[in-house]
Amino acid sequence: MTTAVVVFPGTNCEHDVVSAITGLGGSARLVWHRETDLEGYDSVILPGGFAHGDALRTGAIARFSPIMGPVARFADEGMPVVGICNGFQVLCEAGLLPGALIANRDLSFICRYVDVEITDTATVLTNNGEPGQRLRIPLNSYEGNWVSPDGEGRVVVRYADDPNGSTDRAAAVANAAGNVVGIMPHPERATDPLLGSTDGEVFLRSFLSSLVPA
Amino acid sequence: MKVRVEVTRRPEIADPQGTTIKRALQDLGHADVSEVRVNSVFYLEIDDADHDAVRSNVENMCRQLLANPVLEDFDIELLP
Repeated sequence: MTTAVVVFPGTNCEHDVVSAITGLGGSARLVWHRETDLEGYDSVILPGGFAHGDALRTGAIARFSPIMGPVARFADEGMPVVGICNGFQVLCEAGLLPGALIANRDLSFICRYVDVEITDTATVLTNNGEPGQRLRIPLNSYEGNWVSPDGEGRVVVRYADDPNGSTDRAAAVANAAGNVVGIMPHPERATDPLLGSTDGEVFLRSFLSSLVPA
Repeated sequence: MKVRVEVTRRPEIADPQGTTIKRALQDLGHADVSEVRVNSVFYLEIDDADHDAVRSNVENMCRQLLANPVLEDFDIELLP
């Protein structure tokens, strides 16, 4: 059971994700965006960063990378697919999650710990949590303001306050099946007491426990 | 052939950049500014003289990449 951690040009959180996953007993390997298959992997994480320099719109170019074909097939087949921060933006642009992410309401780049609350535990990123559970993880984004004009999307984690204008205070959104989840704050950066919080482990343990032994 | 493409965020979607610019203009004394929207304009050079073909190709480009259909509309103008 190995998680593919996809690296686009400009991705910069891939090592944090691998370190957090392996630290929790999982297995994760970096996969370059030019790869055309996910043979040998059972799950995918699209990490944070600035894929293709965020040119045009965040995630707009990344969605056409060759690896996104197999990622979409994983999503369709019910395998766990998670996007963190920029990865969330890529999943929306790819149409694997509803809605889109636009600039924060106050046009500020937000880089601080935020309190979030789990509102839906029937997803690959929240199944180890409790409904209403409060967690503290870092938010680090400029385009973190999720909008869903046609009202689609399951909000599965909410901000306790309203840092960026996101619809329904959405910090994480899932597809109908709950196997594709995008989360704007960074669980992988809250997995060691040295980093100020280990609350991110709830999300990553959920992810690991949702992997089915091959 | 030169083509101008304007991509506009639909009016019901927030435009935080436009809102900030509006406030800045109001702060500068332009109290009559009631709304600012920021759009993107692309100028393309297409190596094809067939107007219908060019328009149809550029429409495809807009749907594929230049506009996000969740948020945005587009307008294509073939330039002389």
